[in-house]
Amino acid sequence: MSRPTDGPLIDVRDLERTFDVRRRVEGRRRRVREQVVAVHDLTFSVDAGEMVGYIGPNGAGKSTTIKMLTGILVPSGGEVRVGGLDPSRQRVDLARRIGVVFGQRSTLWWDLPLRDSFELLQKMYRIPPARYRENLDRFVDLLDLGAQLDTPVRQLSLGQRMRGDITAALLHDPEVIYLDEPTIGLDVVSKGRLREFLRALNAERGTTLLLTTHDLQDIEALCDRVIVIDHGTSVYDGSLAGLHAQGGSRRTLVVDLVDEAPPIDVPGAEVRTVEGPRQWLSFPSDASAAPIVAAVAAAYDVADLSIQEPDIEDVIRDLYSRGA
Amino acid sequence: MGDLRTYGQIAWLWIRAAWQYPTSFVLLAVGNGLITGLDFVGLWIMFSHLRDLAGFTLHEVALLYGSASLALAVADTAIGSVERIGTYIRTGRLDQMMTKPVPLLVQVCADQFTLRRLGRLTQAAVVFGWACTYVDWTPLRVLVAVSMLVSGALLFFGLFVGFSCIQFWTTDATEFANAFTYGGATVTQYPLSIFPREVMVGLTFVIPVAFVNWYPCLYLLGRSDPFGSPDALQFASPVAGILTMVAALLVWRTGVRHYTSTGS
Repeated sequence: MSRPTDGPLIDVRDLERTFDVRRRVEGRRRRVREQVVAVHDLTFSVDAGEMVGYIGPNGAGKSTTIKMLTGILVPSGGEVRVGGLDPSRQRVDLARRIGVVFGQRSTLWWDLPLRDSFELLQKMYRIPPARYRENLDRFVDLLDLGAQLDTPVRQLSLGQRMRGDITAALLHDPEVIYLDEPTIGLDVVSKGRLREFLRALNAERGTTLLLTTHDLQDIEALCDRVIVIDHGTSVYDGSLAGLHAQGGSRRTLVVDLVDEAPPIDVPGAEVRTVEGPRQWLSFPSDASAAPIVAAVAAAYDVADLSIQEPDIEDVIRDLYSRGA
Repeated sequence: MGDLRTYGQIAWLWIRAAWQYPTSFVLLAVGNGLITGLDFVGLWIMFSHLRDLAGFTLHEVALLYGSASLALAVADTAIGSVERIGTYIRTGRLDQMMTKPVPLLVQVCADQFTLRRLGRLTQAAVVFGWACTYVDWTPLRVLVAVSMLVSGALLFFGLFVGFSCIQFWTTDATEFANAFTYGGATVTQYPLSIFPREVMVGLTFVIPVAFVNWYPCLYLLGRSDPFGSPDALQFASPVAGILTMVAALLVWRTGVRHYTSTGS
């Protein structure tokens, strides 16, 4: 297997994808053909070993991008290279080097026990038996799947199935793994365990990870880098911290007064909400909280104070609304 | 060749999985055998009232029926799930398959591999074997018989794959496709001389199922074509089989390309 040593692992340049959609229009007998742009002018690259969060609202073009990265869809324009290969032309060759998990659709065979599904994959990927056993033992142990190996997939819980799917995507030692909503529908404990596993995988094997998700905690727990896509194009590409700054995010000072009072008036902060003796004051993330706290404490009778860090969801919502 | 091995390995895993429930496996195969067996019982009953069907005796019709049924059973077993690609597209299963390093057609055919047609296969083999005892064998006839079975299987395989591809364009075309595939298969169970000449031409050049058994069986039985078509056609089954296969693979490729460019 030849692995290019230089250049990014995933290279996307000026990527375009349009779909022909037929739509009924009133007053016309035949449906009208329309072009819908799913991905437009998208450029980004990912180096080997990176963990990247790929986020955006529904219909932003996330799935379309993943499909083009895996070769399921042919781009309408621009270029995609993954590991030096053109996905749509060299799909089968590329498949050996990537792992894909579609969170809502299992790759496992419904009626077969997990073990048989894994064995089918071993045959498909032609994984050497020794390597297969080693990987299987390791993932089964790490993901705690031992007791489920002989259970038909249809009888597994959602969390067990997801862990099964992730094992299935990793048995052949892929260089990059695409995870589409991997924690959807999982409980808090399962989510935590899965994130821990993915972090370890990246640290130990250097597996590159591209994660699309609606769960921003996934991103905060796993990704050093975030690409935000909206209306088919990238609106932000950088660190998570940078995203906070970019969004002009604000921290919140929660003040519990001894008695109810009119909205607090101090320089550098504004009141968002008042609920009885409790008030929420918002101020820019990059400003120091100290002078504001001091001003409030000097002017009012304060029972308690706390500071809330900015919510990344708000930041991204803000980014979307500005892009639209 | 490697793909064929992968096909075999995947198929074997499915057989092994089915064998986890031996009773249901056996019942399925026996049931299938009984149902298809009734086909031939129907012919038998017909012949208790008739001396011949368009000039063909019972054992001659049995040869036609057995060879076509055998080819169909082999093809039907080998292609497995290909007629379900519409469902695969709708459920996203096809996308999953496209991320695996095995050609799509191999995966689709091997997926859910089942020996439910084992019953039909056995029944067809018995009828064919019985009919063979009435054939006046020569070395060339043995060769034609073997090539007939192989070509017949290829032909049905090609028809099934080719017509299933309609589902790449419209995902609810199974019934339409069945009219040609299973329809074509049913037609081959009778001497084609019962049909008008136009139908005969269609079954030779459009949906070439006449090559599955009709032309080679004429040779095995030492008969000339009641329609007077050239004797060369009696040896042309391999050509028809290969051409159908090639056409089907081209249609398949076009279908997959359509899918990757529309994503619907």
